[in-house]
Amino acid sequence: MTPTEPTPPLVQVEDLSVYFDAGRAGFWGQERLKVHAVEGVNLEIRAGETLGLVGESGSGKSTTGRAILRRVPVSSGRIWFRGKEITHAGREEIRGLSRHMQLVFQDPYASLNPRLKIIDIVAEPLIVHGLVKNLHEAAAPVARLLARVGLPADAGARYPHAFSGGQRQRIGIARALALKPEFIVADEPVSALDVSIRAQVVNLLQDLQAEYDLAYLFIAHDLAVVRHISHRIAIMYAGKIVEIAGRDQIYDAPVHPYTEALLSAVPVPDPPVQRARRRIAYSGEAPDPLHPPVGCRFQSRCPLVSQQCREKTPPLAERQSGQWAACWNR
Amino acid sequence: MRAAATNTPLLEVEDLQVHFYTRAGVVQGARGVSFQVGYGETLGIVGESGSGKSVSVQAVMGLIHTPGRIEGGDIRYKGRSLLDAAGRNYVRRVRGKEISMIFQDPMTSLNPVFTVGTQITEVLRHHLGMDRAAARRRAVELLDLVEINAPTKRLKQYPHELSGGMRQRVMIAIGLACEPELLIADEPTTALDVTIQAQILELLADLQRRLRLSVILITHDLGVVAELCHRVAVMYAGRIVEVGAADTLFADPIHPYTQGLLNATPRLDAVSERMVSIDGVPPDLIDPPRGCAFSPRCAHARKGCAQRQALTPLSDGRHVCCWCAVNDHITGATPQ
Amino acid sequence: MTQSIQLETALTDRRHEWLAKLRELGRELWRDKAGLIGVVLMTALVLMALVAPWIAPHDPAEQDLTARLRPPVWYEKGTWDHVFGTDHLGRDVLSRAIHGARVSLLVGLLVVVLAGGFGVVMGLMAGYLGGRMDAFVMRWIDTQVAFPGLLLALIILAVIGPSLTTVVVVLSLNGWMVYGRMTRGAVLAVRQTPYVEAAEIVGCRWPRIIFRHILPNLTSPLLTLAILEFARIVLAEAALSFLGLGIQPPATSWGLDVAVGKNYMFMAWWLVTIPGTAIAITVLAINLVASWMRLISDPQEREKQFARHMTRRLRSKVGQRRKLSAGQEAIK
Repeated sequence: MTPTEPTPPLVQVEDLSVYFDAGRAGFWGQERLKVHAVEGVNLEIRAGETLGLVGESGSGKSTTGRAILRRVPVSSGRIWFRGKEITHAGREEIRGLSRHMQLVFQDPYASLNPRLKIIDIVAEPLIVHGLVKNLHEAAAPVARLLARVGLPADAGARYPHAFSGGQRQRIGIARALALKPEFIVADEPVSALDVSIRAQVVNLLQDLQAEYDLAYLFIAHDLAVVRHISHRIAIMYAGKIVEIAGRDQIYDAPVHPYTEALLSAVPVPDPPVQRARRRIAYSGEAPDPLHPPVGCRFQSRCPLVSQQCREKTPPLAERQSGQWAACWNR
Repeated sequence: MRAAATNTPLLEVEDLQVHFYTRAGVVQGARGVSFQVGYGETLGIVGESGSGKSVSVQAVMGLIHTPGRIEGGDIRYKGRSLLDAAGRNYVRRVRGKEISMIFQDPMTSLNPVFTVGTQITEVLRHHLGMDRAAARRRAVELLDLVEINAPTKRLKQYPHELSGGMRQRVMIAIGLACEPELLIADEPTTALDVTIQAQILELLADLQRRLRLSVILITHDLGVVAELCHRVAVMYAGRIVEVGAADTLFADPIHPYTQGLLNATPRLDAVSERMVSIDGVPPDLIDPPRGCAFSPRCAHARKGCAQRQALTPLSDGRHVCCWCAVNDHITGATPQ
Repeated sequence: MTQSIQLETALTDRRHEWLAKLRELGRELWRDKAGLIGVVLMTALVLMALVAPWIAPHDPAEQDLTARLRPPVWYEKGTWDHVFGTDHLGRDVLSRAIHGARVSLLVGLLVVVLAGGFGVVMGLMAGYLGGRMDAFVMRWIDTQVAFPGLLLALIILAVIGPSLTTVVVVLSLNGWMVYGRMTRGAVLAVRQTPYVEAAEIVGCRWPRIIFRHILPNLTSPLLTLAILEFARIVLAEAALSFLGLGIQPPATSWGLDVAVGKNYMFMAWWLVTIPGTAIAITVLAINLVASWMRLISDPQEREKQFARHMTRRLRSKVGQRRKLSAGQEAIK
């Protein structure tokens, strides 16, 4: 959060807001509707680091990732990559950025073109950036990539439907790795996978990080998987970061009530322990993104809510070294 | 519980075989699935995609359509077969009334063009023959039962006006409309956020106790099972590999797949740098292995695993489908 | 390095795959009798049109005023020389029907290619580029759809004068909007898919995304639409020719023949019936082919079809079922 560090972070986001146009309301269309997807997000990611970004549906976590990749228009705020501002990068500049930052998708089925062979899919980034001239030249690097992500050598000759979800996710990772990026946004890369396969993919991502000094923005909808891969974790709620801290701080000493709720919501696969756990199942629903409330966004579900929470938005303030939280009452 | 008195379980599924005829070959979705559900009991069926967990309960609900076909086995509800010729009429009376089902995605199972109220009263009037006013009163009661606030207001709303958690509550209300004895919940919380999932699980546990329901809960998440279920069946590649009381099964898993699944489930109460995975991928159900389907991924696989062994009963009501683990368990050795 | 060699051999090994796919397609066609009839009729019609000059017994324009209005062969006065009789100028009806297929199919093909090509390009641009382009194309389509097509065709033909080329141009101008609309809709749907986003993130420029990632997904719905449009064009050409604004004598066309024959309907019914039947058969065959194509281009429908066939076979072959269950016993 302080831009005066000795080496600039790989990715730096300052006061990022993204609003989507949602048409007009009112009889004459006098009221412009805006979806407040992301509001005032600050974060930074260093080379070789994983920042876990956790939030439920509609919290703006995916939008944040896509804003950094410059896939959605930024409404306000600034984004730097390797010390260079990319907030207003043009079409060709964004295309150039694709050599440095990539995306791994959530859905391993829909993210691979069913009509292309695996070699076509993995070679595509190399071809469109002119790193190889044709498929024949691409065969060697593609085979290396496929082997690196743990797929059989003849996988390239087959079509996506011949592979299971976990294998397809490996193909997606190989495609993202083809351009040797420094930064990968992993948008819930294991949520769609079976439990026994999940760990394989997370471990693969960890190994690749160590090998290529990759930085990840690892997006997840609960706190179960991110613990293993993240160095730091940011918690988002209704478009805002409510807490950001080192991994162990989040799990051992959460500050924000929402972080606590998230932690207690993940069931433990051990019946006596689970029965004994104190469940914080706060009732209520997330606020309407078209009309977010004044003040803290979590006020409708928070047990600690006070008058101040309904009037003023709590700032993200440092509580302990490296642990920031946005709450008036903690 | 009533189970002791009658001695017939509420639902028995025996050696169920379901095949799917696809152009790539015959997919064996369920390969001899047997389980029972007692009165007032919650059975969790855990398995990964393609393990046959959903297929098994779809067969109970009569939801196997082309290209699927039930090729063998029997399903008995209160001792009467639902599959034989005489069972057809019986089935029509029972399904949707005494046995009801809730699905993963409440948005697709609710009709977007009708209000919530219309959809609940429709069920009541169709199955129970209630008149409009009585059905309306009962609908309000039902919404109250699933802890939806301002039920009279909600009745006038359309599904898209409700949040995901609220929609799933409405689905549960519809499922409970005819006061069923058996409620089948197929991944009821998978599409929901974790904090909402917690609310729904709490509600299901509460309803089960209050209404003395029998519940079959299908899920891929062992944590969800631990929360709700009395007994647990673990499925792999179209078969049940281990079944037993929840507490003992989680404390002392015997089948290597159950052990692997438990280890692979990330836990918040234990720290480890690396996640534990099960190597390999589930087998192709078009041409499943002759012996133990898990043996290609199993760290303890031996030569004999090529021959299949049936679900072997152990002392505490547990059944395990792995001869190595069973032998080791009886002799007291831990399979390492 | 060995990995890449393995990959390359695997790539070559897989080249014969399309043959197997074709064989399977043939098997499925054999099972779907309606589709089979459609394909056979269509092939026959196309062949007939291709070799018309060699199989037609007479020159279609050859007049023989001594042999006017001869009835077909099964009438007392009929002769084998004119199987379907002759018209008021003594021209052979069968030969005219055979040659008429050429015009109908040619016009159909040309119009489908022209209108389809233009419509798809406009639809792709509107759908992918969006914004002003989209608004412009869509308003253009709306305006043209709102204007009665036949009226426009008649005006143009009346001003420019009828000929084969004008008929093709007029029908193309009238028929491209369906393709445009459908393509745009499909593009908007496919654009949302993660694999198109993946292609964009990887750095593909828009022509590559359109032609490599979006267009291939449109082939099967577009093909079905094109075949149905083909049937419509055959009818439209017949209608224009019937009205005298299409194909001009001495060229032949089914529609033209019906128009001429209508004056002799009560004396010589075959003059209207033979070309009329040709039109009907052609349109029927095209529709059968189209509905079969729609079926096989939908993977889900294709699977269902296959499963129905399999279960039917299982039910009829009780012996085989026993064998199957015996096999399962053996496994246990």
